Amino acid sequence: MNFNIYDFTEFIISIDNWLKQLLSPGLAKITGMALIGVTFLLFVTLLGLSIVYIERKVCAFFQQRLGPMRVGFWGTAQTIADIIKLIFKEPLATKNSDKFLFNLAAFIVLISPFMVIAVVPFAKGLHALDFDIGLFYVTAVSSLGVTGILLAGWSSNNKYSLIGAMRSGAQIISYELSIGLSLLAIVILTGSLQLSVIVESQRDGWWIFKGNIPAIVAFIIFIIASTAESNRGPFDLAEAESELTAGFHTEYSGIKFAFFFLAEYVNLFIIAAIGATVFFGGWMPLHIGNFTFFNEAMDIIPPIIWFFAKVAALIFLLMWFKWTFPRLRIDQLLQLEWKYLLPLSILNLVLMTIVSLTGWHL
Amino acid sequence: MENKIPDDFPGTVTSTPGGNIVVTTIDGIINWSRANSLWPLVFGTSCCAIEMMATGASRHDWARFGTEVARATPRQADLIVIAGTIVNKMAPVLKRLYDQMAEPKYVIAMGACAISGGPFYYNSYSVVKGADHVIPVDVYVPGCPPRPEALLYGLMQLQEKIKTESIVRPRDPEEDYR
Repeated sequence: MNFNIYDFTEFIISIDNWLKQLLSPGLAKITGMALIGVTFLLFVTLLGLSIVYIERKVCAFFQQRLGPMRVGFWGTAQTIADIIKLIFKEPLATKNSDKFLFNLAAFIVLISPFMVIAVVPFAKGLHALDFDIGLFYVTAVSSLGVTGILLAGWSSNNKYSLIGAMRSGAQIISYELSIGLSLLAIVILTGSLQLSVIVESQRDGWWIFKGNIPAIVAFIIFIIASTAESNRGPFDLAEAESELTAGFHTEYSGIKFAFFFLAEYVNLFIIAAIGATVFFGGWMPLHIGNFTFFNEAMDIIPPIIWFFAKVAALIFLLMWFKWTFPRLRIDQLLQLEWKYLLPLSILNLVLMTIVSLTGWHL
Repeated sequence: MENKIPDDFPGTVTSTPGGNIVVTTIDGIINWSRANSLWPLVFGTSCCAIEMMATGASRHDWARFGTEVARATPRQADLIVIAGTIVNKMAPVLKRLYDQMAEPKYVIAMGACAISGGPFYYNSYSVVKGADHVIPVDVYVPGCPPRPEALLYGLMQLQEKIKTESIVRPRDPEEDYR
């Protein structure tokens, strides 16, 4: 087994071959799938725990507080305590709620980030799936989560839940358009929806630097729209505490609430991962044209570290938004999308086409 | 074990939670997690609430204890800090909020009004003379209003109290209350 931190392709193939030697072909396939599933399950759990801790610390530092300090070193075990508490907390279901849909909704919300995470390229050769329609799949699947949110709001049989869910539905479906159009601007340059091809096309520089003005505009639209799509502040109207108690998950307690919580933070990771892959070159190190010496120096840092560093930077940016801006009103929110962002992203798409045709990009 | 409690002993004596090593270990883990993750309900009725907010703000920062995740919905909250006077009109609302919370749930009565009706309104026709007339209270924090340090001390006392629980004998908050 040859492990190479710079290229996981052979490593994955060698694991596959080893399984095929050990087991019959059908069993090897099932074992492989189970291995990938367990890996993603562990990864998502660790991700949820660490991002929640980071969010609480970042929030605290923005407000000149210390944040969790008492459990573990600098409160590092805080989220573990939270999750154990939530597991052992009473799961409530109100008398007149639709019990089946009420329980199902929590799982549906968590399924959509799992489906997206399968296509995220973590490093060279380190991805579960590599579709030729990868980016299309991401935009299609990531909006499945809204089904869970609407179901949660409807089945809770609670006014606040329903209003929160409807708001969330309107918000996610609206901002989905801007996300799609802003990603499409980069697809014009790459000519492919396959995520590995998109990463490979940024070998001589990331699209945010190469793509002229429209790429920067597309990134700004993407980051605004994806903040809104993940229901995070300043667009967290779906769970606006001051008006709707907790929005669509008002009636959820214990571990079912933890699923919503986890899904929100995994979605945060996915947004950052897709943004990093499309605009900042994914796992591709920082390369400048044909500066060979500089490029080789950057290649020393393994791609997986590049990927997670970019994702961490984008996650920090999104947290910065959340703890800086005040919440919008629902009409302001929809105005922002339909009157400003959507026309702007369509114009940007036209501009990008012109840039691409005239060759103004690098 | 012979019973050495005299018959005229006022109050009840509960046996120390214990059992085999598995149970105590699980108890330890669960109690540790519950004690360190007390999410309070967004609930404040008067001036003590301002002091509670000060406890959450930068200088005193109860987030250090993992308590900053204030939940607006009682389903997800673990703790009510009764910060302020409970009037007769508020009493049924407080009772309903308490009933809506998921087990395990804890209550801190903060300030003189929540403990006994308060120094100013005690003889008023409209004031409940202590929140423990409505719901069972775990920790009383005296003061008018108590300083943030006092509330933090009350919180730590509640954590100590939680750490004596056991899953063998589930806690019944209304045991001494009925």
